[in-house]
Amino acid sequence: MNPTAQQRRGWSWWYLLFVVQFAGVLWPPFYSSAEPSWAGVPFFYWYQMLWVIVSAVLTAIVYFATTK
Amino acid sequence: MQHVNWVALSIFVALFGFITWLGFAAARWRKGDLDLLQEWGLGGRRFGTVITWFLVGGDLYTAYTFVAVPALAFGAGAVAFFAVPYTILIYPILFLVFPRLWHVCHKHGYITAGDFVRGRFRNRWLALAITLTGIVATMPYIALQLVGIQVVIGALGVSGSGFVADLPLLVAFAVLAAFTYSSGLRAPASIAIVKDILIYITAFTAVIVIPMQLGGFGRIFAAVPHAQLLLAVPGPHSTGAYSAYATLALGSALALFLYPHSLTAILSASSGAAIRRNAAMLPGYSFVLGLLALLGFFAIAAGVKGLPEFADGFKQFGNNFAVPALLLHSFPAWFVGVAFAAIGIGALVPAAIMSIAAANLYTRNIHREFINKNPTDKQEAQMAKWASLIVKVGALVFILGVPTKYAIQLQLLGGIWIIQTLPAVLLGAYTRWFNSWALLLGWAAGMFAGTAMAVAVQLTPAYPLHFAGYLFPGYTAFYTLVLNLVLAVVLTPVFNALSTRQATLDETAAADYYA
Repeated sequence: MNPTAQQRRGWSWWYLLFVVQFAGVLWPPFYSSAEPSWAGVPFFYWYQMLWVIVSAVLTAIVYFATTK
Repeated sequence: MQHVNWVALSIFVALFGFITWLGFAAARWRKGDLDLLQEWGLGGRRFGTVITWFLVGGDLYTAYTFVAVPALAFGAGAVAFFAVPYTILIYPILFLVFPRLWHVCHKHGYITAGDFVRGRFRNRWLALAITLTGIVATMPYIALQLVGIQVVIGALGVSGSGFVADLPLLVAFAVLAAFTYSSGLRAPASIAIVKDILIYITAFTAVIVIPMQLGGFGRIFAAVPHAQLLLAVPGPHSTGAYSAYATLALGSALALFLYPHSLTAILSASSGAAIRRNAAMLPGYSFVLGLLALLGFFAIAAGVKGLPEFADGFKQFGNNFAVPALLLHSFPAWFVGVAFAAIGIGALVPAAIMSIAAANLYTRNIHREFINKNPTDKQEAQMAKWASLIVKVGALVFILGVPTKYAIQLQLLGGIWIIQTLPAVLLGAYTRWFNSWALLLGWAAGMFAGTAMAVAVQLTPAYPLHFAGYLFPGYTAFYTLVLNLVLAVVLTPVFNALSTRQATLDETAAADYYA
């Protein structure tokens, strides 16, 4: 597919990075635990806070990769 | 109630005075003709990346959120943290869908979701369903913002009986109504900048200073009841708290941008690129929300519920008093004034945008569609201004007349209702494959089933779904959205077979959805 047709359909493979965010936070059994704790903060809490930052970075990557 | 906290009250009133002036002065900001609905109701669609960041942040992360999320952590523990994955997942949706909606709305002069659905599917009854859902879901949300103001005013020690008790709220409300009427969306946009700066100052100060006072995060988390520190491990044949947590986050994320006030703030951006940039920048607010959720645990560790000076506050406002009590307990009076002003002003910004959004919906999709089909531009803008007043009076009467509990329950139902507009609005931004009557029936089934399920579980968010011998507790909005989608998909070929004229009517073209 040539780039113009791709742009018209509004799809970019970079969008798959968004799937990572859904996978990272929508499986609570993975992160609902106290250990490893960090500076007294249980894993459950710092893991999800970390994902806020990671998701912002991923979104920024998608933005720069898809904007010409 | 404790004595009036004069220092905090003075700072609070001074900051309120400042934003009142700002709200009126905003009419002259990026001046436009306020007799046009898109100038009054969308700020002329001229807000760049930075203003949009403040406006959308001030709009979505409401005062009530900042009081209720820590209150939930205070009372129920880990489950309150669903707000974090929830506000992570909204941004891929914002990034992918809303630039498309912005472009098509810009091209065709659409101001509301009802306008878009009307143009896309050419079915006024589907548009009416979208419109009514939006208005009905927004009303209790506005009422809850006023609860946020009530709590901080109460915490400042201002009290009385009868009419005097409600006076501060009436004053705040009159201010809100007046600047919204005169300046439209420019008022909350300018005030949001002040509000957000105050919220950031409060959140970061609280998260640094209070743990130092309490002896570190280790001690704070040790004070949280053990059973509430993490999600409960599900029993056999059940997905338990895990599925409830995940569907609550996902369902809330899918619902958020369907609220009229979200769309109003997004459509006021100056370009689709400004929206995409904001999808990467807005998580700054999610981070603050996560920090604020922790304040609920700080309040447990500080033991504010056992302190005699806060007994009246907890009695009156329940766990919503946890954050105000913690701030009063931990900070000097002047800083309490700043923090409370952040919450109070934080209530006015979304309340103003919500009332504008509801007014836009009424004006465009009910009044213009069914009552006065050919208004002049000036009549249309004037109608919206009046409608915004009526919406706010309705919210005020509600909050003064009925117990807060009902506003909270109605807001929960509002989430279940608004998500039923997803197939027409979000999927509609991508495809016109659906038949509009199939969408309408899917919507109706979702509304009916969602309401019945919520009532069956005493208006709590999670519904225990039994399936194949397993128990899947999950967010009612999410389950009913699935029902709605299945019906829309199954019924579309059926309705298409009955009529052939459907597909030709779309007034939008594929190219309208891109830059």
